[in-house]
Amino acid sequence: MELVLAAAIGILAASGVWLLLRPRTFQVIIGLTLISYAVNLFIFSIGGLRTGADPVLHGGDIAQYTDPLPQALVLTAIVIGFATTALFLVVLLTSRGLTGNDHVDGEDGTP
Amino acid sequence: MSNHLIIAPILLPLLVAALQLLVGEKRRRTVLALSIVSCAALVAGAAALTLAVSADGALAAVYRIGDWPARFGIVLVADRLSALMVLLTCVLALAVLPYALGRWQHRGGHFQPLLQFLLMGLNGAFLTGDLFNLFVFFEVLLAASYGLALHGSGARRVSAGLHYIAVNLTASMLFLLGVSLIFGVTGTLNMAALAELIPHVPERTRALLHAGAAILGVAFLIKTAMFPLGFWLPRTYAAASPAVAAMFALMTKVGIYVLLRLGLLLFGDDAGPVSAHFGSDWMLWGGVATVVAGIVGMLGARDLAKLAGYNVVISSGTLLGAIGLQQPAVTTGALAYLVISSLAIAAFYLVAGLLASDGDDDTDDTLSLEPYEQAGESVPNESLYAQEDESRVVISAPMAMLGLSFSACAVLLAGLPPLSGFLAKFALLAPMLEHGARPGAVALFALIIVAGLCTVIALCRAGIQIFWVEPERIFPGVRLTEATSIAILLGLCLLLTVLVESPLRYLRDTAVQLHAPASYIHAVLPPAEAAP
Repeated sequence: MELVLAAAIGILAASGVWLLLRPRTFQVIIGLTLISYAVNLFIFSIGGLRTGADPVLHGGDIAQYTDPLPQALVLTAIVIGFATTALFLVVLLTSRGLTGNDHVDGEDGTP
Repeated sequence: MSNHLIIAPILLPLLVAALQLLVGEKRRRTVLALSIVSCAALVAGAAALTLAVSADGALAAVYRIGDWPARFGIVLVADRLSALMVLLTCVLALAVLPYALGRWQHRGGHFQPLLQFLLMGLNGAFLTGDLFNLFVFFEVLLAASYGLALHGSGARRVSAGLHYIAVNLTASMLFLLGVSLIFGVTGTLNMAALAELIPHVPERTRALLHAGAAILGVAFLIKTAMFPLGFWLPRTYAAASPAVAAMFALMTKVGIYVLLRLGLLLFGDDAGPVSAHFGSDWMLWGGVATVVAGIVGMLGARDLAKLAGYNVVISSGTLLGAIGLQQPAVTTGALAYLVISSLAIAAFYLVAGLLASDGDDDTDDTLSLEPYEQAGESVPNESLYAQEDESRVVISAPMAMLGLSFSACAVLLAGLPPLSGFLAKFALLAPMLEHGARPGAVALFALIIVAGLCTVIALCRAGIQIFWVEPERIFPGVRLTEATSIAILLGLCLLLTVLVESPLRYLRDTAVQLHAPASYIHAVLPPAEAAP
């Protein structure tokens, strides 16, 4: 399971970084979203991976316990990331409307 | 001291902003009155907080949210540095507020609530004692700053804002990565508990901790605009409206604050042989590179707002380098420089905004230093806000006022005597070479002096072009409110020149407190429960 999760985080982050470096706004926003998925999975994984364990302590049995704090952190991170991505989307559309092109690199798309 | 005073600088702007949104944009006077009352109350509260923590022998004041013990709950901590930064923020906001009354708030909606949210985020970031809470407050202040940066709209602002948001979203991701790595190694996010645990981290995971701290540091260095990470700053700040840019001058200082706080708390002398002074060389040399980049940019800048932006970069670089040296005496000077440069740069943005605006209508409002084409006299939007302009008092000699303010800003920014810019730079430079100078310290020392010289050159050139070359140039009328803002900011700098003694003593004690983090740790985690 660790390998699958690590590979998923790695692939998401790598594709995200590549897209983030592309010149057009839509690619940038998808890149940012992928990176935020990768980061959220990463935060989730720092508590240690364990299947079928509760984030609540039952009768002091630490073996069946998983750390609830990363889950709380990831929830906050998801909410904040969602809100800022939505805002970015609005700015992206405004920029498209005002400048008539969707480039973030200062070029206007004409070769 | 009433302990609730600590949370007031966060709650008050939040409540006022919510109230302003409920009152609505239409009732402008009510919204304005709320803003003014809020900012004035914040300044009073911050001053009371500063007095409370600067009493003799006072530890850092701690506020436990929900009264949960510090290891489990989130704490707010007000020590000397936090109180100083909160006071600076609130004073700057109160000073900038009259300027924003004039024309800027009509350019778009919800200027005042956004300003209050920005204050909430800034104050929260300065006061929190928890890393993840710091992230949340960072996002609050960034979300407000996105709105403010775009305030007034226009193609230039939106495209600069797009870059600003993309850069900061990426930085936030790095922030989260760093925080989660640190949590993974230590199992806590409380800064004081972290400081206690770091010397005992096993060697096996110490590299991971350092990686986390480094990633976290990069997130803050992006905000401080360290050399290769700071190209977004001058353009974004130049595109923002002047009142907003003046507030943003403080936002780079949030990054400086966190680097200063975490650098000395987590990686100070007590952090063990491997971790002590982790990253300080990077900050020192990064600061040196940033000052060089700022000088080059400033000498090449072709408009006044960009010039101010590169001054922000130079001031960031100077502070980064000074923090990297990690000596109490240098830190004292750095704090003095931080205060003065924030006020002076804010004033400079306001003056630049006035010099550039030749009417109320256009959005292309930076002053170009290229050959000047006189703009049309007609001001179509004037009638729209006619009843708002009843209070417009055109000062008889706006040119004299602007010229005087411009030269005062130049003197402050360059650090020439007799104003407080010189005192701050002197306090920063004098102790730098004392303790067997490191090569980095010598480089920084030389560069700060060169930066002062280049600031003089760049600002003289700009001043000559604006005030002397084109005598027939028509200066825009200066409203009383706008003049008030600039007068408050420059007046404060002047006041600090005269009353230099007691503020400097406060800063010296602040630096001593920062370099001995044990008192901070004991305040947050009382010794009875401090055993891990």
